[in-house]
Amino acid sequence: MSARILFAVAGRVLTQLRHDHRTAAMLLVLPCLVLTLLWWMFDDRGFGFDNLGPPLLALIPFIVMFLVTSVTTLRERSSGTLERLLAMPTGKLDLLGGYAIAFGLVAAVQSALAVFLSVWVLGLDIAGPVWMLTVVAVADAVLGTALGLFVSAFARTEFQAVQFMPAVVIPQILLCGLFIERALMPPVLEAVSNVLPLSYAVDAMTTVATTSSPGLGGVDGSVWGDLAVVAGFAVVSLALGAATLRRRTA
Amino acid sequence: MTGLAVEIRDLHVVRGGRRAVDGVTFTVPTGQVTGLLGPSGCGKTSLMRCIVGVQVVEGGTVSVGGIPAGAAELRDRIGYVTQAPSVYDDLTVEENVRFFARVLGVPASEVGRCIAAVDLADHRTQVASRLSGGQLSRVSLAVALLGSPDLLVLDEPTVGLDPVLRRDLWGLFHRLADAGTTVFVSSHVMDEAERCDRLLLMRQGRLLADAAPADLLESTGARSVEHAFLTIVDTVS
Repeated sequence: MSARILFAVAGRVLTQLRHDHRTAAMLLVLPCLVLTLLWWMFDDRGFGFDNLGPPLLALIPFIVMFLVTSVTTLRERSSGTLERLLAMPTGKLDLLGGYAIAFGLVAAVQSALAVFLSVWVLGLDIAGPVWMLTVVAVADAVLGTALGLFVSAFARTEFQAVQFMPAVVIPQILLCGLFIERALMPPVLEAVSNVLPLSYAVDAMTTVATTSSPGLGGVDGSVWGDLAVVAGFAVVSLALGAATLRRRTA
Repeated sequence: MTGLAVEIRDLHVVRGGRRAVDGVTFTVPTGQVTGLLGPSGCGKTSLMRCIVGVQVVEGGTVSVGGIPAGAAELRDRIGYVTQAPSVYDDLTVEENVRFFARVLGVPASEVGRCIAAVDLADHRTQVASRLSGGQLSRVSLAVALLGSPDLLVLDEPTVGLDPVLRRDLWGLFHRLADAGTTVFVSSHVMDEAERCDRLLLMRQGRLLADAAPADLLESTGARSVEHAFLTIVDTVS
């Protein structure tokens, strides 16, 4: 791996986003709009937003980044730039890591905005430290980025790429504990949910929102454990994604 | 600049279930402009991809400067222009070239030099998607020139360009070759053949001829390279 190439790729991806005003605006504004919609739905009831807000703060950056990145390798491949980069001294991890850094930064801004809006404008009650919410949200976004990059290596067309959303993301949303607590699911489904990364992302977010602790970072130790699982999944996805790239093609 | 000679022996490539390259042997010497001429679909691109090291090879050997093609130490010594311009549509000309300059680790001064070399200095700040097809392929060429690579592999770099510009680019190729670079250019336009020091004629995955343009005309008694091509095809079949 080369730090020079890694940051060249990250810088280039951010420059592309800077040129694409509409995508940049949607990345930053849409999560805020969805959270506002949720708040509005539950506004009169006095409950609900505090329960659903934290899981959604985990879900939204994950989904958005997954969608955006699931077409990236495809774009690089069809523009011929992938072949050009791999004929140059670019390492496969330089390329995917560069994407992860760039979208991780975007996710940090996106999540900071969403957390700011939820806590200070919409009045989401948070027991733990607010900055930890942002940390967890960024980890979730990086997870979405890594999974998106991984599946995008398998897509040959845009039609295939967008189908990975229902295939990979929706089952994780159903099983992450948002609809039914994971402990109350049929044992088989609970076991499945135990090996899906989004479950840990949502657990971490919920724990930060509902508990405070004198421990490291003002949160329960389990949050760091959940974060480690999320980060582990992200790293493994990136490594697998890199392994699927081929310098030589038929 | 040392130049990197290319040596290909009994090369076989299968693409899309078809024999794209069918037992080809030749060398590309340093310090010359070698042209690979042949109709669209004759295997030129597959052959060039082998030299760059991005093509799965069925059989035979390809070495560049004595090293097997595709080796890591060759990757910053070869400039490669694919047939379709390989640049980012949503970046400006300068941003595109600067990005690849960073990937290659060449000095920032190379960016301006290479953009000027392909006559795009006036379009530096234009987004690639707004460029014409010819301008876009020149951005791709500028990227290939970064860091003055020892071997240039150019897949139809002058298609659809203004004749004046085409002449200028061929002038550039010859200046680079004179300085020691190995220049390997493909074209399906036979009239470009006369601009090469040496010609390889290709058809249906096989090499038909390997000669200097003048020698080719003399040996076939043809008036133009196009006629020579036809004469050879007729005698073979």
